[in-house]
Amino acid sequence: MKDGGKLYQKDISEYRMKLLFIGPTILVLIVMNVFPLIWSLGLSFTNYSSLVSRKISFVGFANYARILSDPLIWKYFQITARLVIVAVGVEFLLGFGLALLLKERFRGWGLVTTLMLIPMMLSPVVVGLFWTFIMDANFGLLNFLFSLFGFRRVLWLTDPKIALYSIALVDIWMWTPFVMLISLTGLLAIPQSLYEAADIDMASFWFKFRRITLPLVSPLLILAVLFRVIDAFKMFDLVFIMTGGGPGDVTETISMSLYRLAFNKFKTGESCAMAYIILILVIALSNLLIRWIQRTRA
Amino acid sequence: MVWKVAKGILIALALVFFLLPIYWIVATSFKQWPDIFAIPPKFVFRGTLVHYLTLFNIRPEEAAKFGQVGKSLFPPRFLNSIVIAGVSTVLSVALGTFSAYAFSRFRVRGENDLLFFILSTRMLPPIVVGIPFFVVYRALGLIDTHIGLILLYMTFNLSFAVWLMKGFIDEIPREFEEAAMVDGYTRFEAFFKVILPQALSGIAATAVFCLIAAWNEFFFALILTSEKARTAPPSIAAIQGTSGINWGQIAAGVTVFLLPVVVFTFLVRKYLARGLTFGVIKR
Repeated sequence: MKDGGKLYQKDISEYRMKLLFIGPTILVLIVMNVFPLIWSLGLSFTNYSSLVSRKISFVGFANYARILSDPLIWKYFQITARLVIVAVGVEFLLGFGLALLLKERFRGWGLVTTLMLIPMMLSPVVVGLFWTFIMDANFGLLNFLFSLFGFRRVLWLTDPKIALYSIALVDIWMWTPFVMLISLTGLLAIPQSLYEAADIDMASFWFKFRRITLPLVSPLLILAVLFRVIDAFKMFDLVFIMTGGGPGDVTETISMSLYRLAFNKFKTGESCAMAYIILILVIALSNLLIRWIQRTRA
Repeated sequence: MVWKVAKGILIALALVFFLLPIYWIVATSFKQWPDIFAIPPKFVFRGTLVHYLTLFNIRPEEAAKFGQVGKSLFPPRFLNSIVIAGVSTVLSVALGTFSAYAFSRFRVRGENDLLFFILSTRMLPPIVVGIPFFVVYRALGLIDTHIGLILLYMTFNLSFAVWLMKGFIDEIPREFEEAAMVDGYTRFEAFFKVILPQALSGIAATAVFCLIAAWNEFFFALILTSEKARTAPPSIAAIQGTSGINWGQIAAGVTVFLLPVVVFTFLVRKYLARGLTFGVIKR
């Protein structure tokens, strides 16, 4: 049927089609992602400022040295870490707990689960905005609900001891549904026959949970947590809108302080160096996630 | 039985926790000015549309009462959001679908490396790429232009579109286009006449996710636009009056902004897990 010439022709057209179909995507990603990153790597070794026009001079590793030796930066890393651990920890517990509750279908199940998923689809900046309103110390809904249970008025966003946890609370509100959704997907995929077999052996509830449920959903749970850790680590919008890093600097996350360095102080060269330090951390985290994705796909 | 009731109560509580804040901001958008700041908060109130009317400049004379100076900037910026999110979505879904098809059907050298390169671009923190973008865009005169933001959102969604679409196209049996090719179609024609129609629901779902991501984006819009091309999210955040924050109008802006997202969430509810994990989860 197929003679040599035809096959050759087909190969050429397939090669062309490959190039035509994949080429533009790779080109866009290189021009729009790789190129700016190389550009900023260059800037990170200079004293360039996008505000002041002066002769750009090469400063070697001075920017990196300054940032790594700045105790404040380490403090901001710690603040970010605390925020990530609290928020993702609670999201994990609540999300997985909710998924266990929603495992069995009931009337209106589809509507209830979809309604619960709405928060994670919303814009963080808009979410931050209306939670600021809800957390207002005087007329806010949250303090009113608290007062019903006899609690004192809380200064959600202005008390230095509380502000960071208020932001964590909003992140929890937004992203618990995500963990719930992923866990639920995992739970629903467990073959019912495993539980039936365990029932025949008169296995206890805990035994089934530890030996069937947990091992089978844990790959997806880890996936969800990795996604959340990477995302929460980058958190900017919520902090920017709700506290702007304040009061003082108690909610100054690493993204927030990088923003300030780049767009308030306009120390562009130095901010590129800091961006690279963050980038290396995120790449390390993302590699973990990507490896995990490769394993779950296999 | 006790367990069932307890479970019901817990689920109901969770539902209240997730929905009450949204209800509250929507309700606020319909409240009279003094009721917005009432202590204790008012759950029953006489409604008004005044915040929507001032937001869209239908009754601009009312706006001064809430300390607003001049016209509301929301309508042109809402339009910017629609144009920028819409055009960038079309571009990233188109490019993404082509690439996904090639990755799905052809043997590509270094396929896995390429795919993970594509995925890794999405992991970059916006703030980290934001700084060089600001510098480069300023040099090119792309600051505060529609095209600048469209290019950026297209890139930002492209990796996502490739991954999600690859999953959808993988699920279409190869026999479909092979049959078409036996019938005399070229592969190119088979792609357009057989694969695209088959992948339509996947394309629609991918488009909705890209649309929502571009629609919600705040950080790049904040640093790369100021007036002409500014989108809704940074504008809603900036609604201020001379007598404090104009919460009534913010609530109205938020409600108008959220409504399409909620509608779209319901449209893609079957694909939510899949969409939010780059297609790693298949159901």
